[in-house]
Amino acid sequence: MTVEQAVFFFTSFLILFSAFMMVTRQNLVHAALYLIVALFGVAVVFVLLDAGFLAVVQVLVYIGAIAILMIFAVMLTRGDVAREQEPVNAGFGWALMLAALFCFGLIILIGQWPAVNSQAAVLSADTNTVLDLGTALVSPDGYVIPFEVASVLLLAALIGALVVARPQKKNSGSVK
Amino acid sequence: MLNNWIFVGIFISIAAVFPLLPIVLARLVAPRKPNTIKLETYECGMETVGDTWVQFKVQYYIYALVFLVFDIETAFLFPWAVAFDALPLFAVLEGVLFILILVGGLLYAWRKGALEWS
Amino acid sequence: MSFINDPITFLAAWITQFLSGFLPEVWVTFLVTLLGVIITASFGLVIVIFLIWLERKIAARFQDRLGPNRAGPYGLLQTFADMIKLITKEDVIPEKADKLTFNIAPILSVVAVLLIWAVVPFAPGWIGTDLNVGVLYIAAVGSFGILSILMAGWSSNNKYALLGAFRAVAQLISYEVPMLITLMVPVLLARDMGLMAIVDSQSLWYIALAPISAIIFMVSSIAEVGRTPFDLIEAESEIVAGYHTEYTGMKFGMFFAAEFLHAFTIGVLFSIFFLGGWRGPGAEQYRLLGVVYLMLKGLLGYFIVMWVRSTLPRIRIDHMLAFNWKFLTPISLALLIMTAILDKIFSATALRFPALLAGNVLVFVLGWLALRWASRRQTKERRVFKKRPVARPA
Repeated sequence: MTVEQAVFFFTSFLILFSAFMMVTRQNLVHAALYLIVALFGVAVVFVLLDAGFLAVVQVLVYIGAIAILMIFAVMLTRGDVAREQEPVNAGFGWALMLAALFCFGLIILIGQWPAVNSQAAVLSADTNTVLDLGTALVSPDGYVIPFEVASVLLLAALIGALVVARPQKKNSGSVK
Repeated sequence: MLNNWIFVGIFISIAAVFPLLPIVLARLVAPRKPNTIKLETYECGMETVGDTWVQFKVQYYIYALVFLVFDIETAFLFPWAVAFDALPLFAVLEGVLFILILVGGLLYAWRKGALEWS
Repeated sequence: MSFINDPITFLAAWITQFLSGFLPEVWVTFLVTLLGVIITASFGLVIVIFLIWLERKIAARFQDRLGPNRAGPYGLLQTFADMIKLITKEDVIPEKADKLTFNIAPILSVVAVLLIWAVVPFAPGWIGTDLNVGVLYIAAVGSFGILSILMAGWSSNNKYALLGAFRAVAQLISYEVPMLITLMVPVLLARDMGLMAIVDSQSLWYIALAPISAIIFMVSSIAEVGRTPFDLIEAESEIVAGYHTEYTGMKFGMFFAAEFLHAFTIGVLFSIFFLGGWRGPGAEQYRLLGVVYLMLKGLLGYFIVMWVRSTLPRIRIDHMLAFNWKFLTPISLALLIMTAILDKIFSATALRFPALLAGNVLVFVLGWLALRWASRRQTKERRVFKKRPVARPA
């Protein structure tokens, strides 16, 4: 077993463990912290796949922004109510069956993909993945339309979230 | 390329050990005399009433939201900046368009008063 | 490559050769990497001791007093005395605190700052690891520091600590936006995200090509560390509570050390991105000189941080956030757009420096005018107040 394989197995175990802990914790903030560990594990997997840029973007965006957003949401709204939640409810059986179906279906589907057992192509030492990504993002026969659409999507997300979360203007007295 | 990241991996482990050493040393050396008053929550010397919760202030969430959008924007823009030499002026202007669309979002948030700490 | 010119590479080659004699290759790489990690991490920690002394002396001189001068010659052993004091303090964990999170938070805070030193280029060829995504790595590692503050505030089971943590995190994530945008300017000018390449391409220091971006980077970094004038984080410690109220002894010492190291680290980062890093006369030949230059420039950045700290009063949180979102972010975006367009047109020509400088001056003037217009509008709003009669005793 090479070092890479050992690291991969350890990381996979970490991700699965923290994902399991995340969905079974009653304390929502603990669940959010386990989510952060799982996201960090995904970043390590990105590194193992030679996608260093994606790994740092994963940490920067997911852990640095989205996880903080979630923790804010949890801490600001739930408070101590979370401590009395039941981990399972009446629909547990159906949900378990559906999830198992989905999981095994996905495994079978991926197993039938012809390239699943082949080695990943080894990048030569002087490929600059970030440079290639940058060129592909804005070249007209690359991904420029999705690039611009992504910015419009971000704009729509920002406006939508602000419309939903905007503090209500009070009627008594003018708030400038 | 993986070798670079192995350094980071080892660094994380060692860097986690380094602050642990003084704390463990403190645990060995320092006195431990817990009593009820010391273990209470600090509130300028007064007793706490009620559970620990914070008034829901949506402004924190909004700041985190706007930060998220700009974070993703910079994540998209960094490869664009790295590939600068290989891009014609047209591609640079595409990146500028990307930035301007999100400046529009910032202006919207500004005008709607979402950036005020009220 | 002789010993005088390039000690570290020479030593690394010698150790590798020595170990290859009796260990398999994987172990040799591992041990040499481990050695490099320990040296880099220890460098960061040892420098903190010196920095705390320096900070106290300089802050004292700014305030027209002497600073520590009892413990050791010129007070040099003061930090050791403080460390011994902190180690012997009792470690009080509040009753209902969340033990694991409470203990991890100070460690995470130190780890987040130490990890930055893994990508700092000390000299040509001397770097912990030359990640090709070095700049984003630094930003990503900063987010761990932000998490540690949230963890500390929440696990203390103290509503004031939690509130302080929220305000601190709101400040930190707000100021990360202009920091990321101004960090893109050196990346743009160097066409590479790796810090080694950014320093290598600074034959003309980037502070000449992007002065306003440098200033904005400095300002947002000072806010990221939580220093005056943006030290609402610490102020809340003094007045009501802050995210590290419930921490005693060495755990508080870890937060403390992390803050000082972070302040010096941003000085070093500022010098890498804008002041040419290890560049200086003779640095390519005698690598040790590169380290000296980097440290001197880093100390200059640190001095600027302390200078600003001793000069300016604390800014209120709504002013601080308005300053960030309504002034720094638009200006840094304008600078990025301007730098991108001008650099594309004028790069590889002799006009690069004057064109970029002119662009910076233009953005500066526009920003100045925008500020004046905004403040005049605010004054007009204030003058709308009617004069109310002064209360008089009946």
